[in-house]
Amino acid sequence: MNNKVAVYRKEHFNAAHRLFNPAWEESKNDSVFGLCNNPNFHGHNYDIIVKVVGEPDPETGFVIDLKYLSTIIKENVLKRFDHKNLNLDTEAFKNINPTAENIAIVIYKILREKIDVKFDLQVRLYETERNFVEYPASL
Amino acid sequence: MVFLTRLEHFNAAHKLYNPAWTIEKNEDVFGPCANENWHGHNFDLYVTIKGEIDAGTGFLFDAKKLSILMKEHVVKKLDHKNLNMDVDFLKGKICSTEVLAIEIWNQLEPQLPQHVQLHCIKLFETQRIYVEYFGN
Repeated sequence: MNNKVAVYRKEHFNAAHRLFNPAWEESKNDSVFGLCNNPNFHGHNYDIIVKVVGEPDPETGFVIDLKYLSTIIKENVLKRFDHKNLNLDTEAFKNINPTAENIAIVIYKILREKIDVKFDLQVRLYETERNFVEYPASL
Repeated sequence: MVFLTRLEHFNAAHKLYNPAWTIEKNEDVFGPCANENWHGHNFDLYVTIKGEIDAGTGFLFDAKKLSILMKEHVVKKLDHKNLNMDVDFLKGKICSTEVLAIEIWNQLEPQLPQHVQLHCIKLFETQRIYVEYFGN
């Protein structure tokens, strides 16, 4: 039995995107991605929940200062993606389809570099209230 | 008199932009919402109707029928669309949530049967930003 605790910070951003595979014909993109393939884009309010797991620091009682975690997310994730077109305005999705799955992986990789390796990390991304993904899949 | 509300959702891209202004003025007034490549939202649309209860059914209006009207005349035209580019009833209009609520009213109002009055269009752009329009 350890003293590991999971702490969470929720943030959100709004963005436009389009799901399509440039290697496929338009008809195949339409058939696979349906309405999400609209060439004029559509958009979402994304909610991100970042989970950090570690032992509370004996001096502060914190696993990680959630204000600090919030700042890390805002500086490194929201600044890049909020009020942006994920396909057109971001380096991260120049060559990657901005599905919820891929967005979660990208956000995880960005944050993993900023958060001490002694912590486990997981990203849950809500594309809508009813569609959400988690990466890594399990902790 | 009773009120009945139905909730539907749609996702769309838009930007806030006044073509009569310079890019600088648009950016100054609308900030990140003026991003020329668009951004987007999950919109929640609450439509409230009012009227008297039908003695035969106990309904003001069949909520399923209200849903069908909302989907047919509003959601189908807006969902997974670019509000500035793809929507006939928004052509030439600034796609703010306020304007969108009024235009949704204008789409739905003529579709309701005579004994039912449209009371309110309540449109959430985010969980924390919404507008209400009561007609006039």
